[in-house]
Amino acid sequence: MTNMLRARSFTSPRLRLRGALILATILAATISARATEIPPAERRSDYEFLGPQTRAMQDDDTANPGMLGVLDGEALWNRRDGEANKSCADCHNDARASMKGVAARYPAYSPTLGRPIDLEARINQCRTEQQKATPLKFESKELLGLTAYIALQSRGMPIDVAADERTQPFIVAGRELFNRRQGQINMSCAQCHDDNWGRKLAGAPVPQGHPNGYPVYRLEWQSLGSLQRRLRNCMSGMRAEPYPYGAPENVDLELYLMSRAKGLKMEAPAVRP
Amino acid sequence: MTARALINVPAKARRGEIIEIKTLIAHPMETGFRVGLNGALIARDIITTFRATYNGEEIFRADFSPAIAANPFLTFFTVATETGTIELHWEGDNGFAAAESAPITVE
Amino acid sequence: MSATRRDFLASTARLAAGAVLLSVVTTKSSRATPATMEAAIRKVVGAAPLRKGKVTIDVPPLVENGNAVPVTVTVNSPMTATEYVKSIHLFNEKNPQPNVIGVHLGPRAGKAALSTRIKLADAQKIVAVAQLSDGSFWSDDADVIVTIAACVEDLQ
Repeated sequence: MTNMLRARSFTSPRLRLRGALILATILAATISARATEIPPAERRSDYEFLGPQTRAMQDDDTANPGMLGVLDGEALWNRRDGEANKSCADCHNDARASMKGVAARYPAYSPTLGRPIDLEARINQCRTEQQKATPLKFESKELLGLTAYIALQSRGMPIDVAADERTQPFIVAGRELFNRRQGQINMSCAQCHDDNWGRKLAGAPVPQGHPNGYPVYRLEWQSLGSLQRRLRNCMSGMRAEPYPYGAPENVDLELYLMSRAKGLKMEAPAVRP
Repeated sequence: MTARALINVPAKARRGEIIEIKTLIAHPMETGFRVGLNGALIARDIITTFRATYNGEEIFRADFSPAIAANPFLTFFTVATETGTIELHWEGDNGFAAAESAPITVE
Repeated sequence: MSATRRDFLASTARLAAGAVLLSVVTTKSSRATPATMEAAIRKVVGAAPLRKGKVTIDVPPLVENGNAVPVTVTVNSPMTATEYVKSIHLFNEKNPQPNVIGVHLGPRAGKAALSTRIKLADAQKIVAVAQLSDGSFWSDDADVIVTIAACVEDLQ
């Protein structure tokens, strides 16, 4: 009799542990349910969370180090390569006309692959299929330069990725990744960038985390870098295992982020801390 | 392949006008103090000097240290004295050398 | 008995403090210190007096990333053929070495000013020294606080 009473007592450690677990589960469920997308009227580019000097660096094309990558890209655009000995310009002529608005629509659905691909993968698709050349390595000067040059042609244009029956399943997959708790500290992207944007973390303001500036000259990298590189940084920063370059999870996340940023103007090549 | 540079020199100026010259050059500016993945020090690789000449005469010179940020950005001023060419030269470790020039018309 | 213990503890504490002091001194010698910055400034200035004034450092007091801190140094001078700025030097006190940049100008500059982006390893003071054509030296200093982006990448 005494044992039963003790087991049911409010101060029993086992009951307290169970109660705590239940509370934690409810909290977790509530938090992930509460993490909703930022409404369009409240969407702000990460630019708005920068100090005035960093903004000035981005605004001046002769002071923005990302523009050095654009120059590389322009040279590559006009360079003949591969067994087909073709340059991008041979098919696409002047990028200022042919590439206008393109980066604002990527990641885009690839009918041949049956899933969305990002701009970097699309450039490599052209290289292998049209130029009959080897694909460019992730984060190589060449791929970053070309991506920056193409993305520049969408500067000032609003993000406009397709959200139709073909892309929707991948946007949903990306949204799930964004909202999923992961890693050693068991946090989700949404907890910082949906729920706590604008607040400070280690002295720096938490931005909404939009991809409208990529490829970006990140001061921390002292070089241009892709959105995939930034996402991998985020995940290792959260003490989670990052997905390898080119993984479909990265592209799903890129697509979701672009759809979450719909309407924001493209800023590539942006400068970020 | 020569290093990429972006320079901003006004194409035209009035005689005696003070003009600003902006320079940005691609360079890693590896300090020599960073430790790589294998625990070994990454060797220093920096731009050490920058010189600007105006129709051959030196108008500005800078000695860089490893404390200058990667992809060095530098602006300075000069008086627009006569029509001609402004030349910019960078030199650094491992035989690094780069040069850019811009014409200027002075009325 | 207690006196001996007290003495023993006191001497151990002194030894420990000494050991801590020794380790602090050894680690600090691998970076610039206010002393090595002073020495670097002396190399430029020599025995001449260093006066505060004429020089202005423009740097954000709080910086988002220490890898690229925008700095502008301006020296108040008419920049005529007889009265001009010969050189401007910038120093730091906590990077691995104390020099940042040294520029040489002349009357052709028109304006004694430069802008650049520098690396700052930690929150620290930076000092700008200008040498005028009359041989005098002038200086300004500024304190900079360096924060860092929240999610830091591992070296790849």
